[in-house]
Amino acid sequence: MERIASICPFCGCGCQFSLVTENNRVIGVEPSPNNPVNKGMLCTKGWNSYGFVHAPDRLTVPLVRKDGELVESSWDEALDLVSSRLTEIGKNHGPGSLAFLSSAKVSNEENYLFMKMARAVFKTNNVDHCARL
Amino acid sequence: MTNSIGEFEDADLFLITGTNTTAQHPLIGSRIINAKERGAQILLIDPREIQLAHFAVLHLKQNIGTDVAVLNGMMNIIIEEELYDKEFVEKRTEGFDALKALVSRYTPKIVQLISGINATDLERAARMYAQAPKAMILYAMGITQHTTGTDNVKSCANLAMLTGHLGKPSSGVNPLRGQNNVQGACDMGGLPVVYTGYQRVNDPAVKKKFEEAWGVSDLDDKPGLTITTMMEAAQRGDLKALYVMGENPLMSDPDTTHVELALSNLDFLVVQDIFLSETARLADVVLPAACFAEKEGTYTNTERKVQLSRKAISPPGLARSDWEIVVDICRRCGYDMNYKTIAAILSEINKVTPSYAGITYDRLRTSYGIQWPCPNEEHPGTVFLHKDQFTKGLGTFLPCEFKPPAEVPDSEYDFILTTGRVYYQYHTGTMTRRIEILEREAPEALLEINPDDARRLGIKNNDMVEVASRRGSVRLKAEVTPRVPRRVLFSTFHFSEAQINTLTNPAHDPVAGIPEYKGCAVNVRRCE
Repeated sequence: MERIASICPFCGCGCQFSLVTENNRVIGVEPSPNNPVNKGMLCTKGWNSYGFVHAPDRLTVPLVRKDGELVESSWDEALDLVSSRLTEIGKNHGPGSLAFLSSAKVSNEENYLFMKMARAVFKTNNVDHCARL
Repeated sequence: MTNSIGEFEDADLFLITGTNTTAQHPLIGSRIINAKERGAQILLIDPREIQLAHFAVLHLKQNIGTDVAVLNGMMNIIIEEELYDKEFVEKRTEGFDALKALVSRYTPKIVQLISGINATDLERAARMYAQAPKAMILYAMGITQHTTGTDNVKSCANLAMLTGHLGKPSSGVNPLRGQNNVQGACDMGGLPVVYTGYQRVNDPAVKKKFEEAWGVSDLDDKPGLTITTMMEAAQRGDLKALYVMGENPLMSDPDTTHVELALSNLDFLVVQDIFLSETARLADVVLPAACFAEKEGTYTNTERKVQLSRKAISPPGLARSDWEIVVDICRRCGYDMNYKTIAAILSEINKVTPSYAGITYDRLRTSYGIQWPCPNEEHPGTVFLHKDQFTKGLGTFLPCEFKPPAEVPDSEYDFILTTGRVYYQYHTGTMTRRIEILEREAPEALLEINPDDARRLGIKNNDMVEVASRRGSVRLKAEVTPRVPRRVLFSTFHFSEAQINTLTNPAHDPVAGIPEYKGCAVNVRRCE
């Protein structure tokens, strides 16, 4: 068993806990006793927060729509399609025809790179996320 | 939050409005209850009988959407009775006369007519808040999700400045952020008007700085579209492509029928997520992402504290971290990105973001987190904001007039529907509905209706009812409860089987663009 420092993925309290893992699976959480936010406590959502990690319907393969259906593809195919279509649409209709929804659920570093992509690569400020929702 | 969570322990009074804290921020909720146990007072302003109502010394139940009138009324009483902090007003603020002139029209009698709160209670609330030595205002989406959301927030700030309850330990204005990293997403420039640390896109100096940092020449200097205006642009055909990372607008946005039309009208939709969400089902490309346990990264909580989360396990199948996917797409577009680690990305954030300059990877690795602003590596971080002066110098009072919600009940739609969440579920349910214990506790959407209304309409507990607004209708079970006042209905947006945002009004605040989830006109009937 291993214990790895993590943060609850639900609300904005930012409770710290250790994820208890075994054989590449999360099998429990242990709230951080010294963290000043949660002081060794968690709510019901926090105690069960790892419950969706190993859900059987996690996405595991890129999907691309072909003849109306989403079908499995390689990363190369999916990423080539994304980069070429976004570039092409931006070229044909202007940067304002593209928009990017960032996420209140991913890390700071990921939010930073995502908005950098929108602004530096695709030249648009059409970047937002669900802060208002 | 201008304060920190630790400061709850020394506050004398909490003015809590538009936050169901024990359900949505349970660990903060428990701090409030502990504080009450040691003698702090809770002053609750909320239309519903939420759990904190049982701990409150006074509970004002305002009519939905009348917050500005209530707060103006309190300020009027505080000024009339000379209970305001004259020294703070004189030394730290400007615009007091304009505030005084405006709020003087909000007499207790007029506020009672608008808000339904009786004059005696309003007076008591005003005195309690003004006279408390250390008072914290706490609010969440109940304040912001209105067409007057910005005015509501300004009015909270006016009240705090008037009484000097700001810029001190355990005294401040504290919006509670709903998602684990909504603070961070805003801080990192996931907004159409700002880069990281709220540096504005239309400031030429800022534009130049980012052009140099990123090695590009023609950054856009005009504000972009907000989420609501993106959907409008997609429907008009002006927006052609949308790339969604870890969000589910088809469930979370108002008036989902129109959101679906908007998304279907796009030439190209990319969704990057951990599950095939309602939105992902419409996508042209779906990219499988790692979840929080499967990657390293930093997250910023509601008290501005940046904390490091480690990678515990590998992602399932071919799923990859969001940041690795973005790096790959940028490279394929001919823009070189060479980050190998989270530390390398954070180091760039430190360089371009003054408020994050001292929040380095090495410091986070050996601490419980650092609160911004933190301008350099020697700085300990900031526990509470606005200590000796406001960011802009003097704090300006920004008085607001009361404006009614965009939709008010009429003879056809005679109820007002307000939406929120329950303790056991979370947002659009993508994560919590897959967790057995949580799903067992709250397995289905319920419509809260007051017993008097239920009796009049022949609705019993657990009856199927149909709720309709001008935008659509939804069927769900009724929960007959005095938790909601008469003529008010409450439900949640967790359940795709009863998609409550089919009903909600996309009318939004003109400044912040936030939709009016907290009030739309509906009617309700029992299904045969």
